[in-house]
Amino acid sequence: MTDEKDTGPTSNVCETLQHKPQREELMSTNYAVEARGLVKRYGSTTALAGVDLEVPTGTVTAVLGPNGAGKTTAVRILTTLTEPDEGQAIVAGFDVRTHGHEVRRRIGLAAQDATVDPLLTGRENLIMLGELYQYGKAQSAARADELLEAFSLTEAAGRRTSGYSGGMRRRLDLAATLVGRPEVLFLDEPTTGLDPRGRSELWNVIDTLVGTGTTVVLTTQYLEEAERLADDIIVIDQGRIIARGDARKLKREVGGDQVQVIVVEPGHVPEAARIIAAVTGVEPQVDAGARSVTAPTSLGVETLVLVAKEFTVARIAVDDMSLRQPTLDEVFLTLTGSTADTEFPATPSTNQSPNQSTQSPNVFAEEAQS
Amino acid sequence: MTLTISDDTIAHTGPAPARGMLHDTWVIARRGLVHMKRQPEALADATIQPIMFVLLFAYVFGGAISVPAGGNYREFLMGGIFAQTIVFTAFGVAMSLANDRKNQAVDRFRALPIARGAVLGGHAVANLLKALLPIILMSMCGLAIGWRIRDGLVNAALGYLLLIAFAFAMIWVGVLLGSLVSTPEAVQGIGFAVIFPITFMASTFVPTETMPGFLKTIAEWNPVTTLSNAARELFGNPSTVAGPDAPWSIANPVAYSVIWIVVIIAVCAPLAVRAYQRSVAK
Repeated sequence: MTDEKDTGPTSNVCETLQHKPQREELMSTNYAVEARGLVKRYGSTTALAGVDLEVPTGTVTAVLGPNGAGKTTAVRILTTLTEPDEGQAIVAGFDVRTHGHEVRRRIGLAAQDATVDPLLTGRENLIMLGELYQYGKAQSAARADELLEAFSLTEAAGRRTSGYSGGMRRRLDLAATLVGRPEVLFLDEPTTGLDPRGRSELWNVIDTLVGTGTTVVLTTQYLEEAERLADDIIVIDQGRIIARGDARKLKREVGGDQVQVIVVEPGHVPEAARIIAAVTGVEPQVDAGARSVTAPTSLGVETLVLVAKEFTVARIAVDDMSLRQPTLDEVFLTLTGSTADTEFPATPSTNQSPNQSTQSPNVFAEEAQS
Repeated sequence: MTLTISDDTIAHTGPAPARGMLHDTWVIARRGLVHMKRQPEALADATIQPIMFVLLFAYVFGGAISVPAGGNYREFLMGGIFAQTIVFTAFGVAMSLANDRKNQAVDRFRALPIARGAVLGGHAVANLLKALLPIILMSMCGLAIGWRIRDGLVNAALGYLLLIAFAFAMIWVGVLLGSLVSTPEAVQGIGFAVIFPITFMASTFVPTETMPGFLKTIAEWNPVTTLSNAARELFGNPSTVAGPDAPWSIANPVAYSVIWIVVIIAVCAPLAVRAYQRSVAK
């Protein structure tokens, strides 16, 4: 973040919005996105191998999966950027194949890398899009100012976006997707590459959008993010949907908690592994470099009590001990039998700031205290 | 950051109906022009470079080069550099397309309800307007070093028109290049390895009469030669004198240039549009 003086707490936003009435006509039982049997091949690679998708109007659906799972391909098909080889998709009531223009009038897309024009200012970016949405000059300018204000970019509006920080660029990108007042928003990995603060800011923005009735389809590599934002989660791997449901259902399927201990002395790792194996009855995963020992457990908080007791007896100093939800890698391990082929670590906080990993590495750790 | 997104900000009223191709094309062309203005280094091939060539050849090499048909070398030179600069138009288009793809601007535009072809059209219009810049700058520079229009204003106007028409043809070569090549750096590489030598194997800077046999034949049929000679003819400047055994291309530079314009557009435009669509629809 090079230039982020306009950031701060965002919690008040959602509160103000919650008092506003929901838009009833958008909360009908219709689907904003409905896809059947989507197949897309690139040469000998099958990016999508028959994907069905329903997104009820006014809800948030997260498509969760590792790099190369087919998330972006799915978004590209639903936003008319690429044609499916097989299958059908209806977005905002129109077939993406036969009525692409009508679909494009009703959607907004934030691609994986923020695609704002680096040589234009923030304001120019939005005005240009407004004109391409046929708003006319004055109306485009008014719309631009309104969105810049809403996304706290008014101060930076006159500067070229090449000088924006990652978080500002993302916000402008999101603002850009709203220029045309879309019914359905597609956000392709909206927080990838953001630091933790930028990420939580963006989560609040997305909350706000959802609060106003916009249907959102977002892709993510982070279970934590999917759980935080989405009503429904679709887990996708190698072009196939391997699980779907809300976060609770998914976690049930994946099989509960993981106990993770990080010891202070690297030499204590084997002994720690032995203790955890004895408590959980499962051979733990050991990461010697991170001095971390992880194992699934069905004992809940009891696990922590037992492990702590044994560690005290064995005089093993502990940096961190937590009971946590499975990471994407572990979800995949359970669902597919192989680890997710992610370029990034599965939890965002370790991705962005490895030095924090000795503290509670994710939000689920808090549940250990309950 | 205090976010104040209201229902109004996102109200689902739906956009107005399309006002069509011309409007969308112009909006995207304007963006292209702003890009050029804000990237002076990308404008160099249309501003500094042609003027540098004029001055270099007029003063450094010019003294050692004589025009077989007689006449002032500086006046001979101008038609050649006009032609070379126009051929380089392809370069700028290819660069803007490659940059768009690099910045994923293409996807943003394609997800908008805009007229088909408006993005490509916008690039074409912006680059055609950009091509006017070196023509104007070089004309002024030429006038300053002694180049004159000597065959009447009508022919001169036809000369300028021919150059602009050739620039339009080269835009499609640029679209093709920019669609087939994946990065701006690769565009630059190909530009220097292919387009640059082609503009030298011609009567751009030196008369073809003095070239050795094989090279002479290539140069005589090279459209850069005939475009140079056509400009010289229409501006009334010294050019290659077509002897009785001169090939048709040399004897009829204007007609031959027009044929090239038509052929380039007829062949490259459909190929370019297809290559472009394939490059963006991945």
